[in-house]
Amino acid sequence: MSQGNMRLKLHIWRQKGASAPGAMKTYEVTANEHMSFLEMLDVLNQELIEKGEEPVAFDHDCREGICGSCNMVINGHPHGPQRGTTACQLHMRTFKDGDEIFVEPWRARAFPIIKDLVVDRTAFDRIIASGGYVSVNSGSAPDANEILIGRDDAEEAFEYAACIGCGACVAACKNASAMLFTAAKFAHLEKLPQGQVESDRRAVEMVMQHDAEGFGACTNQYECEAACPKEISVTSIAMLNRAYRRAALSSKS
Amino acid sequence: MTNLDAKIPSGPLEKKWDSRRFELKLVNPANKRKYRVLVVGTGLAGGSAAATLAELGYNVEAFCFQDSPRRAHSIAAQGGINAAKNYQGDGDSVQRLFYDTIKGGDFRSREANVYRLAQVSVNIIDQCVAQGVPFAREYGGTLANRSFGGAQVSRTFYARGQTGQQLLIGCYQALERQVQAGKVKMHTRHEMLDVVLVDGHAKGIVTRDLKTGKIQRHFGDAVILATGGYGNVFYLSTNAKNCNVTAAYRAHRRGALFANPCYTQIHPTCIPVSGDYQSKLTLMSESLRNDGRIWVPKKHGDDRKPGQIPEGERDYYLERKYPSFGNLAPRDIASRAAKEACDDGRGVGPGGLGVYLDFADAIQRLGEDAVRSRYGNLFHMYAKITGDDPYKTPMRIYPAVHYTMGGLWVDYHLQSTIPGLFVLGEANFSDHGANRLGASALMQGLADGYFVIPYTLGNYLADQRPGLADEQHAAFAEVENEVRARLQRLMDVNGSRTVDSFHRELGKLIWDKCGMARDKQGLEEALRRIPELREEFWGNVRVPGDTGDFNQELEKAGRVADFMEFGEMMCLDALTRDESCGGHFRTEHQTDDGEAMRNDDDFAHVAAWERKSDGSGWTEHREQLEFENVKLSVRSYK
Ligand SMILES: Cc1cc2nc3c(=O)[nH]c(=O)nc-3n(C[C@H](O)[C@H](O)[C@H](O)COP(=O)(O)OP(=O)(O)OC[C@H]3O[C@@H](n4cnc5c(N)ncnc54)[C@H](O)[C@@H]3O)c2cc1C
Ligand code: FES
Repeated sequence: MSQGNMRLKLHIWRQKGASAPGAMKTYEVTANEHMSFLEMLDVLNQELIEKGEEPVAFDHDCREGICGSCNMVINGHPHGPQRGTTACQLHMRTFKDGDEIFVEPWRARAFPIIKDLVVDRTAFDRIIASGGYVSVNSGSAPDANEILIGRDDAEEAFEYAACIGCGACVAACKNASAMLFTAAKFAHLEKLPQGQVESDRRAVEMVMQHDAEGFGACTNQYECEAACPKEISVTSIAMLNRAYRRAALSSKS
Repeated sequence: MTNLDAKIPSGPLEKKWDSRRFELKLVNPANKRKYRVLVVGTGLAGGSAAATLAELGYNVEAFCFQDSPRRAHSIAAQGGINAAKNYQGDGDSVQRLFYDTIKGGDFRSREANVYRLAQVSVNIIDQCVAQGVPFAREYGGTLANRSFGGAQVSRTFYARGQTGQQLLIGCYQALERQVQAGKVKMHTRHEMLDVVLVDGHAKGIVTRDLKTGKIQRHFGDAVILATGGYGNVFYLSTNAKNCNVTAAYRAHRRGALFANPCYTQIHPTCIPVSGDYQSKLTLMSESLRNDGRIWVPKKHGDDRKPGQIPEGERDYYLERKYPSFGNLAPRDIASRAAKEACDDGRGVGPGGLGVYLDFADAIQRLGEDAVRSRYGNLFHMYAKITGDDPYKTPMRIYPAVHYTMGGLWVDYHLQSTIPGLFVLGEANFSDHGANRLGASALMQGLADGYFVIPYTLGNYLADQRPGLADEQHAAFAEVENEVRARLQRLMDVNGSRTVDSFHRELGKLIWDKCGMARDKQGLEEALRRIPELREEFWGNVRVPGDTGDFNQELEKAGRVADFMEFGEMMCLDALTRDESCGGHFRTEHQTDDGEAMRNDDDFAHVAAWERKSDGSGWTEHREQLEFENVKLSVRSYK
């Protein structure tokens, strides 16, 4: 075998459509240590097409860890075993010749499977639509420097805003809760003065939509934080919970 | 004969946009809700347009092929967005941003468009901050800036290395707010496959639902394309994998002229290719050139480790050749200089296709923490891909295709040659001439969407009766049938080669013949080879699966089929433009020291291509560029 090459056994979830039954299927492929994980799947897919089989469907686009498209559970870990890494950033040098690799889709009631590894994550868009924004029309903004924001607050807001909406938090959670996603989006705006005006309504609406989509409840296991490719902190969840209670109280009084 | 009237307002440059805005017809608020506008593409350009038009009261239907608007390719922009705020008090102004952009574009863009862009740039930052975009800040709470290539002032606003993601999230949230308000209907995982014309006006599109394969008709009183650039014609580029030219090219086939397709940008700082399986290239943001120094060994074939090469034996070639801009020379110039060093046998790494981008000095000067806070995520990304630690050893970089300045021809109102079809963002050709300056694409996309189209679209609609036709109109049926037939034809080939293998071959050919350096002979060869390859494609491609199903290979096949035609037009444009300018470097036209040599007498025009109706080739139309405010000069960064 030439340098850096490795022979792998892959077990991949294959499912034709939302209501079709799915099953793990086994393939063998030769990869190179410099490939990304998705490039390894490309190689497999080319071989499948040449053999007259259907390639494995998976979502991907930027292939540099920012669009949040790629989503697969690799050996039991959303995006694979490496911390702070999306599947598209995972490189084959983390595997070795002879390895067996298991690849499965995100599994959650709120993320129905479309085909193979592709799932429907539009629930996230609806959570944003429910209140994850600042209501400001184009052209009506004051001069940018009229809103002063301390560097530390700006940095903290950024840490939450780094969420790429991939859904790994849901895939990692035994309750399939999307609390880390919802809270990160909330906390980003909560840390900024621009987000204050609508904070109460935002907290309530986003949590209600989260529940309505069929995501589970957060029971503080924090698997989500460990799986998040952007390593977003669960402190955001505490922030959202506080705001939610405050809003609930103030609407009662 | 198509009349290329750019509709540039008369009067002094500074007054043009104001006076035009005053002249434009308005649609009164109560009538706006009677119009339906289709917005194809919801990256920064389309997302900002869709949100703003909905805020104004129009009914918007928006489309993207990703599963969420938040994933558009705009998300990947790293370094920043320009604006003439002059917050640093370092001498910036609308006039200076205007001039830098015109000069950066090597005097091949329209003065009036570029001036307007510089004017509205300041409003963009205000808008984004109000939405909650977490731009970098100084300790006092004001906004921070950095410098980008081709500028001597600090006017670039940024959010660490993910400015695009933060701007797009702001824009996407504004869009989702309108979805909630019922003013935007968002169609994700939908791909536009054709435009429908009714009496010569764009009045709809035909799409494929990528989840189910269903073909659908959509009527709109106007159609806006904001579908991004065509860099993936090269197969390997820094663009997201699914970026493509289909929407723009389909519109072109229906009569929209395509301007300057040969103007493509090769970005100087990308991670070099590592193998045949490579699926895309990764950009290392230009912002790194603020602190990183680019060099190669002075000696040919020097294979010592970078740390073992003493200072005196290194060639910091950009600092040497362009002392006043140094490592911040514009992209086209920096890319060519890297190619030159490598062609000269002084490149580093496998195959000698790489140069060093070295942070040792910056780390010594500022400390590792300061460097980490500026570029942490980029260093992290580099380390993940290459396995090397850039805090310890210099990065290895090489130029890669990055951006496309060419695009559908539009007038000052951003309207294409098809009435009712507007084009925004990277998909149009409008503001960057032959080379785009760093951090100006985000600016242009958002300028088009937030601040230009909301005015100019009303002017068109004011003369249109709302709901002029509907999906039952014969024109829709005809286009739908053509779309179906084409998909079926792709399936029916049932040959033996994969779509990707064709795409790779096309990309390699175009990179070799129409990449960083071009010449007559190579372009003529490409023009012979592309039609042959296209024929082989239609005779031997294999698309598995069905049309009525989620089928990623079919999606790719349709896009590659369009690249096969588009690539030919691109080479034709490159061959016809017998001069060097910006990113278009014809080796026949260079100065003694290897700089691009323009020919203003013969080529100070926009080349806008019309496809012949029998498909036998293209006809060139020219829009002469008038320069009333800047003097055409040899671009110098020395
Ligand atoms: C890696 C990278 C870094 C960059 N960094 C910077 C930077 O720092 N500063 C800067 O100014 N510029 C930068 N750029 C350039 C800039 O990001 C792009 O030019 C810009 O974001 C393009 O925006 P857009 O809205 O025109 O198109 P895109 O963001 O590409 O959006 C295109 C949209 O069209 C949709 N679409 C396309 N075709 C169809 C179809 N047929 N049917 C339906 N929908 C369709 C897509 O789904 C998507 O929603 C960078 C580019 C790259 C590649
Ligand atoms: S493909 Fe974009 S994050 Fe993985």
